Amino acid sequence: MAEVFDRVRKVICEQLSVTEGEVSEDKRFQEDLNADSLDVVELIMALEEEFGIEIPDDDVANMKTVGDVSGYVASKV
Amino acid sequence: MLLEGKKGLVLNVSNNNSIGWGIVEALHQHGATIAVGAQNEKFLGKVEKLIEGQERLSAITCDFSSEEDLSRLHDEVKARFGKIDFFVHAAAFADREDLQNRFIETSRAGFNLALEVSAYSLVAACRTLEPLFNEDASIVTLSYIGSTRAAANYNVMGVAKAALESAVRYLAVDLGDRGIRVNTLSPGPINTLSARGVKGLAEKIRNVEEYVPLKRPFGQHECGLNAVYLCSELSSGITGQIIYLDSGFNFVMK
Ligand SMILES: NC(=O)c1ccc[n+]([C@@H]2O[C@H](COP(=O)([O-])OP(=O)(O)OC[C@H]3O[C@@H](n4cnc5c(N)ncnc54)[C@H](O)[C@@H]3O)[C@@H](O)[C@H]2O)c1
Repeated sequence: MAEVFDRVRKVICEQLSVTEGEVSEDKRFQEDLNADSLDVVELIMALEEEFGIEIPDDDVANMKTVGDVSGYVASKV
Repeated sequence: MLLEGKKGLVLNVSNNNSIGWGIVEALHQHGATIAVGAQNEKFLGKVEKLIEGQERLSAITCDFSSEEDLSRLHDEVKARFGKIDFFVHAAAFADREDLQNRFIETSRAGFNLALEVSAYSLVAACRTLEPLFNEDASIVTLSYIGSTRAAANYNVMGVAKAALESAVRYLAVDLGDRGIRVNTLSPGPINTLSARGVKGLAEKIRNVEEYVPLKRPFGQHECGLNAVYLCSELSSGITGQIIYLDSGFNFVMK
């Protein structure tokens, strides 16, 4: 779980140009990390690539925070 | 090398999944010198990273909805290259909500936006670049079969692609007397940022290789190879055409 979070955080930092310190589980993408909807889609695609998983659009709709995403990824790998 | 000494533009690229990027890689491999487009400052950083260390690749920004950007494009290309031999137009946009709901719900603003960015942009860019095209230059744009068939959720983008494909034929007439060719590449669905805006398309992409005649996926790399063909003299005599590059996707039913 911790390892998944670290990898997710790394991808988030690369995609959204933020620092590791800014990324914690409670951070919301749009409001706190300044991501627009295209950024979120790019992030999801990068995570699919990093973890070799598929993340359907319907599931993305429920992901608002860093914790939502890392929890989801952890459940898939 | 098929494109040795040739110079041109690929507009635009958003990341390494972009069809535009697959095209840049192939044209570059065949010797071309390319200005690689970013829609704005936000994408510029990504494009600069992608082209890092490549002598024949440079970045350029252009938002097709800005007249100012279009005239700056002319000036910058003129200063950088003088004349150009090819222009690849790889840009489209529609509001996400217009690609998720019933087509009949498309708003006036959403309709205009999709057609302006995805179809008129080709006309406007060709006009501003017209004085810079060499004789025998090649122009390539990207469309999708949703232009002629009602593809699930493709909606207003299908209407925009129909306009784009028609514009290609009229541009081919206007520019033909200088030997300039204008063609459309029409790939099947490919997993890119834009494609992810169309509801359900990602799911379709995942199993498309099971039912297309060639039984294999098609992708950015094949778009690149076909762009090399269209931008080189191999396709001499071909203009105003739509080339389906989709392992046969366009003619089988599922
Ligand atoms: N991905 C597919 O399944 C598919 C299939 C057939 C055709 N196409 C077409 O291929 C082309 C490239 O798309 P892609 O799939 O590589 O996605 P992409 O998101 O990587 O590329 C789309 C590009 O359009 C640019 N763009 C959007 N609005 C713009 C504006 N106002 N001004 C300038 N540029 C703008 C974006 O910056 C981006 O670089 C598009 O025309 C698309 O419709 C894609």
